[in-house]
Parts: sequence; C-alpha cells; structure tokens
Amino acid sequence: MRIVFVICYLILAPFLGALLDGVERCISARMQGRRGPSVLQPFYDLRKLFSKQMIAVNNVQLFLNLSYLIFLVIAGCMLFSGTDILMCLFILSLADMFLVIAASSDSSPYANMGAGREMIQMMAYEPLTLIIAVGFYLSSGSFQVADIIQMSVSPVVFMPGMLIGFMFTAAIKFRKSPFDLSTSHHAHQEMVKGLTTEMSGTTLGIMNIAEYYEMILILGIFCLFIINKNWWSWPLAIVVCLFILFLEILWDNATARLKWQHLLYGSWLVTLLAGGLNLLILMLIK
Amino acid sequence: MDLIPILIGFPAVMAVILPFLKNERVRGIVVYIGAGCVIALALANLGMWLAGGGVTVNLYMDTELIDHAMTVVDLFLMCLIIYMGIKYRKILVIILTVVQTGLLMYVEFTAQLPENYHMMEDGLAILMCIIVAIVGSLICIYAVGYMKGYHSHHKEFKDRQPFFFSMLFLFLAAMLGLVLSQSLIWMYFFWEITSVISFLLIGYTRTDEAIHNSFTALWMNLLGGLGFSVAIAVLVQNTGSVQLSDAIAFGGALPLACLALAGLTKSAQLPFSSWLLGAMVAPTPSSALLHSATMVKAGVYLLIRLAPAMHGTAVGMMVSLIGGFTFIAASMMAIAQNDGKKVLAFSTISNLGLIVACAGIGVEETVWGGVLLMIFHAVSKSMLFQAVGATENCLGSRDIEDMHGLLLRLPKLTYIMGIGIAGMYLAPFGMLISKWVALKAFVDSENVLLVIFIAYGSATTMFYWTKWLSKLTTQHRARQSVKDITRKDEYLSMFIHAGAMLLMCLLFPFLATGVVNPILESMFGYASTVLSMSVLATMAIMLISVLIVPTIMAFVTRMAKRELVPIYMNGVNEGDNRHFVNSLGEPTHLYLSNWYLRFEFGMRHLMKPCVYLSASLLIVVFCLIIGGAVQ
Amino acid sequence: MGVMSKSPWLLHYDASSCNGCDIEVLDCLTPKYDVERFGIINTGDPFQADILLITGGVNSQTEPVVKQLYSQMPDPKVVVAVGICACTGGVFKECYNIKGGIDTVIPVDVYVPGCAARPESIIDGVIQALNILDEKRAALKSKAREK
Repeated sequence: MRIVFVICYLILAPFLGALLDGVERCISARMQGRRGPSVLQPFYDLRKLFSKQMIAVNNVQLFLNLSYLIFLVIAGCMLFSGTDILMCLFILSLADMFLVIAASSDSSPYANMGAGREMIQMMAYEPLTLIIAVGFYLSSGSFQVADIIQMSVSPVVFMPGMLIGFMFTAAIKFRKSPFDLSTSHHAHQEMVKGLTTEMSGTTLGIMNIAEYYEMILILGIFCLFIINKNWWSWPLAIVVCLFILFLEILWDNATARLKWQHLLYGSWLVTLLAGGLNLLILMLIK
Repeated sequence: MDLIPILIGFPAVMAVILPFLKNERVRGIVVYIGAGCVIALALANLGMWLAGGGVTVNLYMDTELIDHAMTVVDLFLMCLIIYMGIKYRKILVIILTVVQTGLLMYVEFTAQLPENYHMMEDGLAILMCIIVAIVGSLICIYAVGYMKGYHSHHKEFKDRQPFFFSMLFLFLAAMLGLVLSQSLIWMYFFWEITSVISFLLIGYTRTDEAIHNSFTALWMNLLGGLGFSVAIAVLVQNTGSVQLSDAIAFGGALPLACLALAGLTKSAQLPFSSWLLGAMVAPTPSSALLHSATMVKAGVYLLIRLAPAMHGTAVGMMVSLIGGFTFIAASMMAIAQNDGKKVLAFSTISNLGLIVACAGIGVEETVWGGVLLMIFHAVSKSMLFQAVGATENCLGSRDIEDMHGLLLRLPKLTYIMGIGIAGMYLAPFGMLISKWVALKAFVDSENVLLVIFIAYGSATTMFYWTKWLSKLTTQHRARQSVKDITRKDEYLSMFIHAGAMLLMCLLFPFLATGVVNPILESMFGYASTVLSMSVLATMAIMLISVLIVPTIMAFVTRMAKRELVPIYMNGVNEGDNRHFVNSLGEPTHLYLSNWYLRFEFGMRHLMKPCVYLSASLLIVVFCLIIGGAVQ
Repeated sequence: MGVMSKSPWLLHYDASSCNGCDIEVLDCLTPKYDVERFGIINTGDPFQADILLITGGVNSQTEPVVKQLYSQMPDPKVVVAVGICACTGGVFKECYNIKGGIDTVIPVDVYVPGCAARPESIIDGVIQALNILDEKRAALKSKAREK
C-alpha cells in the first residue's frame, strides 16, 4: 500500500501539479476578466523549456537545482510513504537550502536578492511547520503519518488554528501574491525573476517540476488535517484541498505584494496567535 | 592503578615547562609531543576504564596533602585577582573574589567533613575527558601554526606565545580535573582556575578593549563562583557533605539554584552572555578551546549532572526557560552580525541555551538530546573557529562579506567551514537530530513556551547559517587571488575534526546506543531507546544521500553541453561579471551584500531587553527561594 | 503548432522609444487583448525568453545593451521590432545619436510598423514570429542531427 502511494506520488505528482497550475492560471485569468491560457499550458511550457538550448552562467547551478528536485521528491516520498512527518519537513527545508545555494551561486544581483528573500520566507514559514508537526503528534500520539491517518476523528478538530495558520503560510510555499517575494509572478517584475533570473531552459524546467512536487507535498499536508480512519474522509480531504487552493488563488488576485517586513512579522504573528494558542489549548486538553 | 594523576598532572607540568621555551621551533615540537601525549593518556584512561567494566568508579579517599595545596592555590588566585583588580581599578572583582574565597575557607576550616571520595569516573565524565583531551589537544597543535601567522599579521601586539601555550595546557589540566571531580570543593578549585585562565587569555593582546572585556568575563564568572561557594556552604550546613551526588540527592532549592547560577554564568546564558561576545577579541585558538568547545561546556556539564535533581522543580523551570530564551534570542542576534567570530559566538551561546534547556527539563529524553548536542557542538564549533581563524590569517579579515566566493579562493578551508556549518543545522546531521529529540521531549514535558522557542529559534538559526553558506559557495571570481598561508599543523587539526564530524554522523546510531545510553543508565538508573533504531538508520541513509546525491548530480550534469554567458545585469554587464556600466557610462564594481536585518535583530536593539527579561526572571526565582516560597 | 509556438515567452526592451509603443505592448496584456490565451508570458528575463520585442530605434547607449540581451537568450529565438522607429529609425532616423532600426545591430525577424503600433498588429506580429520560431527550431534540430 505504501509503495503504491510512493510510486503514485513519484509519477503523478508532476502531472497533477502541472494540471493544477494550468487550472489555476485559467481561474486567475477568469477572475481578471480574461480568457486565459489552455489548461494544458504548463505542459507546453515544460516541453518548450526542455527543448531549448542550454545556456548557463556557471557550471554548478544545474546540479544544485537537480539536488533541490531530488530532495523535494525524497521529502514527498517520506510523507506519502507514511513515515515521520518531522523528518519530512526537515528534508523539505534541506531541499530549499539547495535552491537558495543554487540561486546565490550566480553571484548576480537579482538572483542574490531573490535568494535572500527566499531565506526570509523560509524563516517566516518554518516555525509554523514545526508547530504543525507537534500538533499532529499531540493529537495522534505519533509523528508517523501512517498513525496520524488512522485517528478516529480528523486532526483538524484538535488543530483548527493551525490549519488557518498553515493556509496563511502556504501562500509563501505556493509563491502566491502577497508573499511572492523571491520569484516574481508574471507581470510584476520588481526584481526581474528573483532567484530564477539566471535559470533558463532545462534548469528552469527542473525548477518548475520541483515546484509541482512541492505543491502536491503541501496539499498532502493539508489532506493530513482532514483524513481519519473512515473512507469518506479521503474524498473530503481532496475537496477541502481544492477549496483551499481556490482560496489561495483568490487571495493571490486580491492582494498586492508585501514588503518582507510584513511577510516576516505577519507570518510570525499568525504563527504565534493561531499556531501557538492552538498548541497551548491542545496541551491542556490532551 | 589509574591514570588520573598523570592525566591531570602531565598537562600541568607542560604548563610549567612551556614558559621557559623561548625558541619557537623547540616550543612547537614540545607542544606537538605534549598534545599527542594528552590524547594518548585520555585514550589509555578510557581503555582502562572500559577494561574495568565501564562502571562508576569512586577514587581518592585520603587526600589531605592535595587539599592543603588546593587551599594555597585558591588563596594565590584570590591574591592574583586582587592584584589585577587594584592595578586596573576594578573593585567589583575584588569584592567577589574575597567574599567567595573567604566563605570557602570558613567552610573548610570550621566544618567537620566526613572522609569521602573526591573523584569519580563514570560515562559522562569519561566522555567529557575524551572531548576535552582530543579537541583541546588538536587545538593546541593548531595554535602552533596559527600563532605564528597571527603575530606576523599583528605586529602591534607583544609576542607572548610561551605564556599563551602554557595557559592552554594549564587549562586542559584544570578542565580534565573539573569533569572528574566528585567533591564540590575540588570542582570549585578547578572551576576558579578555568575562570582565571579565561580572563588572562582574553586579555592576551593587552589592548584597552581586551582588558575591559577580560574584566567583564572575570566578574561574571566570579559571580558564578560565588554561587558555587554559597551552594557548598549551604550543603555543608544541611547535609554535612560536599559530594556532588549528595547535592543531587538532597535537591534543596537554594544550593541547586546557586549551582545552576554557576552553570549559567559559565555557559554564558542570558543575562550573562556579553562576556562570551567580548571574549572574541582573544586569539582564535583560545576562542575555540575555551569559549566554545570546552570551557563553556563546564557550565552545561554541571547542569546536566544536576538534571535529575532539577526535574520538575522551580529551579529546573527557571533554567530551562532561560536556556530556551537564550536559544532564540542569541540566534536572532546572530543574524545581524557580519563578523565571523561573532556569529560563531552567538551560535555557541544559542546552542548552549538549547542544552541548558534540555538539562533544566531533566528527564531522560532531554538529557539524551543534551549530551548528543554537546558532543556534536564541541567538534563542529571547534572546527568552525579554526577555519575562520585560518581564513582570517589568509584574507586579513574575518568579515563574512569578505568571504564572498571563498570557494574559489580558499577551497580547502571553505570545505572545512562548509562541513562545520552543515553539521550545525542541516537535516540529517547530528545537531538536528538532537534538536528533534529535544523538541519531542519538550512536547512530552508539556512546556508550550519551550516548544515555541525551539520552533522560532530553529528558523532563525537556519537563516544565519544558510546566508553564510551561500556567501561561501558563490561562484565569483574575485579580482585578487589569495594565497593560502595556512600551515600544515593547522590543516592536520582541521582535517581530523572534519573526519571526526563525518564519522560521528555516519556512526550516529552507534554513538547513540553505545555511548549515550550507558550515560543515561548511570544517571537515571534506566535507559529506554529515545529514538528507535529504524529512525536512526533512516538518518544514516539520509546522510549518505546528502553526500551522494549532489555528487552524482554533479557528474550527471558534467556531460551536459552548455554555453556560458554573463550574468543578467540589465544588459549593462561589462562582461567580467564583476562590473557594470553606471548611468555616467563608467564601469562600477558590483557589490553583493548579505541580509543582516540590523534594525530588526541588531544586538543594540535586542540585547538590553533580553538581559533585563532574563535577569528579572533569575532575580524573581532567587527571591522566591530565599524567601522560602519554593522548597 | 509546434513545441515552441505553444509557449512563447517575451522579453520587452525599450531601446529609445517615446513610450507610445511600450504602452501598446502592455495593452496586449489587458483583458481586452489578453495575449496569455496564446500562452504568452511577459517575462522580462532574457534567460527565459524566446521572443525579444524591441521598441524604439537604437542609439549608441542602447546598442551594447541590445546586443547583450540578445546574446543572453537561448536558441531558438526571434526578434520582433515594434513601431516604425524600431523598424527603420522613423522620424528620428536622421538624428545624430540614432543608429537606425534594430536591424542595424541584431537580425530582426518580424517588423511591426505603426506609430504607435496598434495592439492588434503587435499580436499579429508576435503570432507570425511564432511560425519563424518553429522553423528555427526545426532548422536547429536538423543541424544537430547532421552533426
């Protein structure tokens, strides 16, 4: 069973991620009163990226980017194979670190600025992810994902605050608008393309695939909030995930990019209020 | 037959010999031999202890002569401090030293103490011995090469190398004595010696700043010493014994709090952190040896010893809160530093804070995490200090900004630094696992505040290490190339450290079950597996993958054909990736700076509130204990 | 439609334009014209762009910039000159500081005339560029095969 999940994740995650990305771009376009691209647009983009000529500014960026991808995949596999969630989160931040190193290996102004901002983003969302792992541990008595999904009631009953907090910080992970500091969304290019500025063709394609893996990983963590031992919780979890993704898109389109101070203090405050209070209550009732 | 007298005596004899060796070359050889002997002795001692079954051994019942000698040395130290205090007009240190030594003398001469053991060998003590002997001796070897480079750079300071090496070896003797002592009076004796050596080494350069900082370190450490002697006096009154084990068994709030105060000052926890930052003016080997790898560990060592007594008490609560708070506060302040040694100092304070928090909770799990953190921290931090010191000798600066693209300029040193940094915070390396266990233990002990501290603290920790690492690995060809003037003995020490670090990570499961579990067993009487073997095995696999994945990827991508183009600078790149054309049409040098967030996390803004907060916590708890509200 | 033409990403550069054409280029992104329905993204980064869209004639200051941006784009790539100034130099052609159209510096594939060029004609020019992009890719591929 676990192996099936892992294989599904390995194979399907990039397709699913790309598809969701395509849907997302369509929905965004509709929200802006445009027709928008085809749902399959991310696939076209990927195909093009891999067919372009390889240009690079140094010889290390590509392999660092590949390492980023591999570690993201490992982190995802850990989640979907039902092992330790804390370990999975640690590997996730390890992967992110490779991305930062890849970006700053250029010694170029925009990529460096992007890398710096990416680090700020990591610092902003990291506390909450740890607190969430602790929350799962407190409500289910185990850090193992396999045990968490066997609970009799959904974990969200015990940790609603953490879910709200995670929805807030997930915007950072999804690189959505108030928090897309380190890379730029399409039209607003205050610092060109941030940490992906010097990535082209294959390198960028790898980065995109990694982002899709990451997106599915984050959605998987959202699912963990809902899933319990009953079968109906699985489709429910998927519906909730899609709804959350929709909210993120709405938020993306309704807000402008924030300064990093707001990002950092905002996330930390939300972490403290939503995550910390939830944790306190959870400790008291458990 | 045991080796302890030789183990402690040998470095002490070395310390006496070294000041008379004025010839640099002879002195170097003597230091090599001495360091090698200390390592050999420590290993022999370990072997004998293991051959004896690896159980707790109590030693030295009848030691009247040595006791008297110690009294004399205590008085000598007091006179030395009084002399220095008068010379530099520092009243505070004189008062502190007179009060504490007087109190101790009064206790020693009035109280009738039953005959008892003075030293003890158990797992923790032996482990500390090994760390101190190996890391310390390697640092001494490193110092031979380093000090040569240091004095060829800094002609303005008087060359006092014989004194310097003498102090290093004396320190090794004192530190080995400290961790092996069972009698608190003995421990106090060694404790004072380390404080004074630290004071003397910080003042090595004799600049105004160095002297000022050395006195800051002295008064804070003496305050801890005062706590120590008060604890001894109270214990003698209540239990009639000065044994550490009796103190743990007695568990009274006041002696415990006083000993904890001593531990907190020694390990530079808030509000006493400023002395360790000031101590960075000293030459790097002494920073590595005293102020990160070993001496500050004496404080945590004492606290870990006391951990079973602190469990669930107000004192334990205070210690763990101060430790947790120090962890997060120091890691925040580290962000705003661009001086490599300052970052290391803050990170030392912060990691010690985590260990202190573990000790304060005082359950088996946290002590497990604390001991492991101590091992990993000692090795990787000593390595980092040495690498930064060697880099400073090559570059003439230890500013992290100047280390831009160091990978292409000083590759060997950068790799060593990289291993050290990775060991400090990255996923499958030792520090992080210990942090993980600490987190789990904090949750289990239902301490919400500590969980939040550790969550935020690890985020800020990640930030300052990642930005340093990315600065090092940038592919930037600098204008001037740098000559690597690091000497062979320095590299020898650093390579052994790096090898030990990697080996410890790979053998982590063994380290956990074979070394740390027996220690817990002797402290708590039992030891369950804190992390299951499967988790540990996963960790080892992860470690290997961290090493292998990038390597494979590097080989895979080497085949790929690519065209190298200049970086993007809005099309006004001069072509060399170092200059761009400014609006006047002239080439301008590109300068990339890290993020320091000085206005947000600067020491100037954060230090005072943090000190006030932790000091008030300390004062409140002490008032409660003295007032009798907490028993 | 081929591999390239389904996802053309743009880099827009103003060589010395009066901003009239630039506004029209941005117009193309608005809901009314919505170039994203062709998968077109305005990236602003030569490393990721397939189409270099230039407005305004080249002067001595922008000449090295245009060359450098062009050199930083991975093959296959096309250049679209938008507006009469970019095509020939326009009314500024005789100015002392103007070198002329973009084709005096780098090879141009599509010329979109107009002052300012209308959004419809810009989109039309880009779509024509897409075909050239596909041809270029095919040429590159056969060249690689020959090797």
